[in-house]
Amino acid sequence: MSLPLDHLMIAPVLLPLLAGAVMLALGGERRLAVNATFSVVSTVALVAISIVLLRTAHAAPGGVAGVYRLGDWPAPFAIVLVVDRLAALMVLLSSLLATAALVFSLARWHRVGVYFHPLFQFLLMGINGAFLTGDLFNLFVFFEVLLAASYGLVLHGSGSARVTAGMHYIVVNLAASLLFLIGVSLIYGVTGTLNMADLAARIPAVPAGSRALLEAGAGILGIAFLVKAGMWPLCFWLPGAYSAAPPPVASVFAILTKVGIYVVLRLWLLFFGDAAGASAHVGGEWLLIGGMATVTFGAIGCMASQDMARLAAFSVLVSSGTILAAIGIGQPGVTAAALFYLVTSTLGLGAFFLLIELVERGREPGADVLAVTREAYGEEGELDETDEVGVAIPATMSILGLAFIGCAAIISGLPPLSGFVAKFALLTAALNPQGRAVSIFDWLFLFVLIMSGLAALIAMTRAGIRAFWAAPDRVVPRVRVIEIAPVVLLLLFCAVKTVEAGPIMRFMQATAQSLHAPQAYIRGVLGAAGERPSLRRGAT
Amino acid sequence: MELVLAIGIGVFAGSGVWLILRPRTFQVIIGLSLLSYAVNLFIVAMGRLKTDAAPILAAGGIGDPARFADPLPQALVLTAIVIGFATTALFLVVLLASRGLTGTDHVDGRETER
Repeated sequence: MSLPLDHLMIAPVLLPLLAGAVMLALGGERRLAVNATFSVVSTVALVAISIVLLRTAHAAPGGVAGVYRLGDWPAPFAIVLVVDRLAALMVLLSSLLATAALVFSLARWHRVGVYFHPLFQFLLMGINGAFLTGDLFNLFVFFEVLLAASYGLVLHGSGSARVTAGMHYIVVNLAASLLFLIGVSLIYGVTGTLNMADLAARIPAVPAGSRALLEAGAGILGIAFLVKAGMWPLCFWLPGAYSAAPPPVASVFAILTKVGIYVVLRLWLLFFGDAAGASAHVGGEWLLIGGMATVTFGAIGCMASQDMARLAAFSVLVSSGTILAAIGIGQPGVTAAALFYLVTSTLGLGAFFLLIELVERGREPGADVLAVTREAYGEEGELDETDEVGVAIPATMSILGLAFIGCAAIISGLPPLSGFVAKFALLTAALNPQGRAVSIFDWLFLFVLIMSGLAALIAMTRAGIRAFWAAPDRVVPRVRVIEIAPVVLLLLFCAVKTVEAGPIMRFMQATAQSLHAPQAYIRGVLGAAGERPSLRRGAT
Repeated sequence: MELVLAIGIGVFAGSGVWLILRPRTFQVIIGLSLLSYAVNLFIVAMGRLKTDAAPILAAGGIGDPARFADPLPQALVLTAIVIGFATTALFLVVLLASRGLTGTDHVDGRETER
C-alpha cells in the first residue's frame, strides 16, 4: 500500500469520530441542518473508503490489505488495526446500512430527540473499530463505544416503552461487558498477550495444565459476544429493545447483532482453528446446537408476533441463529455461504425495519393486536364491506406493497431476491461436506432452515394481508421520497446480489478460506514486526 | 493474600449477582457496581499478585523482569474503571428517567400483581 492509502485504514474510525466531535463543537442541537450535512457527508465518505479498502484487500496476497500500527510500535506490544477481506466487507456493509438509515431519518426522525447525529456517528465509529481492531482489549473499548452510543440511540424519542426497554438493554449489555472483561483477563493470565494474531500463535503451545483455564476464558468471552448476537437462551432482551427503538435506529441495530457474530467468527477460527492443537474446534457443537435453537425460537416468535416490529426483531434472531449454526458446522464452504447470507439478511432486515414505520403510519396503534384476538376468537367482524372490490390502489400503497414483498422474499428465503441464493448456497454446502460424511446435524440444519423459512413466510403473509388488504377504510400514509428511497435502495442491493451471485460468492469463498487458514493474517500482523523474542513474555 | 483477595472477589461477585436479579432499579445499579469491583480486582489478580514491586522499569537499564509487577493489567483496570463508571452514570440517568415516566422503581416499569 502507498502512503495515503496506508492511512486510509484508520479513516473508518477517525472520520465518524471527527464528524461527531465537530457537530458537538459547532453547538450541537441548534444547527440541525449543519449536523445533518456533516453526518451525510461522513457516512457517504465511509462507503467510498470501505469500497477502496475492500478492493485493496481482495487484490492483496492472502487477503490482508495491511496492518496499521498505532504509534508505529511493533505488533505484539501495541494495538494494531488489520484490514482483511472480512473486516473490509463488514465495514462496507455497516456504512451502506447506515447511509440508508441516515437518509431515512432526515425526513422526520432526527428531529424527535436531541443529539441524534453525533450519537449516530459515534455508533459508526464503534462498529467500524470493532471490525478493524486486531487487539482483544481494544475490541472491548470499541464495543463500549458502540454500546454507549446505542444506549443513547435506543432512547431517542423517549416515551415510557422506549425507556423501559432501553433500561433492560443497558443492564444486559453492562453485565455482558463484565463477562467480556473476565474472559479477556483469563486469556491474558494464561497466554500473556492480547494481540489476536499473537494469541493465535501461542495457543497451540499452551501447556496442558492451563488449557482448561484458557478454554474457560474463551467460553466466557464467547458468552459476552453471543449475548450481543442474540443466541438462545441469551436473547430475551432483544425483541423488546429492537421493536421499541426508533425505526432508523432499529435498522442500524440489524448490524449490531452481526458485530457479535463477526467476533465469534473471527476469534473462534483464529484461536481454535485446525492449527490449535489440543484445543482445535472447542465449542463448535455449542455454536451449532445453540444456533439451531435460536432459529427455532426466532421462528416461533415470528409466528406469535402480533405487530410487525416484533416480527422483524424475531427475524433478526432467526438470521443470527442461522449464521451461528453455519459457523458451528466448521466447513469453509458453509462459512462462505453464511457470509453471503449475513450480508443479504442484514440488508433485508434493515430495509424491513424502515418499511414497517411507513406502513404502520396510516394505521391506528393496536390494530394488529385486535385483529389477532379477533382471529383467535373466530369473530368475523365487518364482513359487509366486500363491495370495495375494484378500488384503485394508490401509488404509495403499491410501492410500499412491492417493497414489503421484497422484504418478505429476502427474510423467508424465496426467489427472486438474494435470500433464496443465500439459503440455497448454505444447504448445498452443508450437504456436501469436504472430508467427512453428511452427519445427522447437517440434516437437522436443513430441516430447521427450511422450517424457519416457512414460518417467516406465514408470519410475513399474515402481516402483509392485514396491512395491505384487510383495511378498506385505511388512511394512505404520507410518504416522502427520501423515506422510501433508502428502502428501495437496500432491496436493489439484494437484487444486484442475485444477478452478480457468482463473483460475490467467489469473494465470500476466498474470505472463508483465509478465515479457516489464518496464516496470512498472523504473518501479516507479526511477520513484519522485526522479531524480538527476548522481550516476549513466555507462556506462564 | 491470595485467599483474602479470592474471598473478596467472591463476596463482591456473589452480592452483585444477587442484587442484579432483584426487581428494584436501585438494587440493580448497586449490583452492577459491585460486579464491576469484582471484575476489576480479578483483572489485577490475572497479572499475578506481587507485593513491593514497581510496574515500571528503573531508569538506566532493563534489569530483571521477574522483580517488576506486570503493568498491562493495571492499565487495563484503569480503562475498565473509567468505562464502567461512565456507563453506570449513564444507566443512572435512564433509571431516573424511567422513575419519572412510569412512577415506579420496578425494572419492568409497573408493579407485579400479587
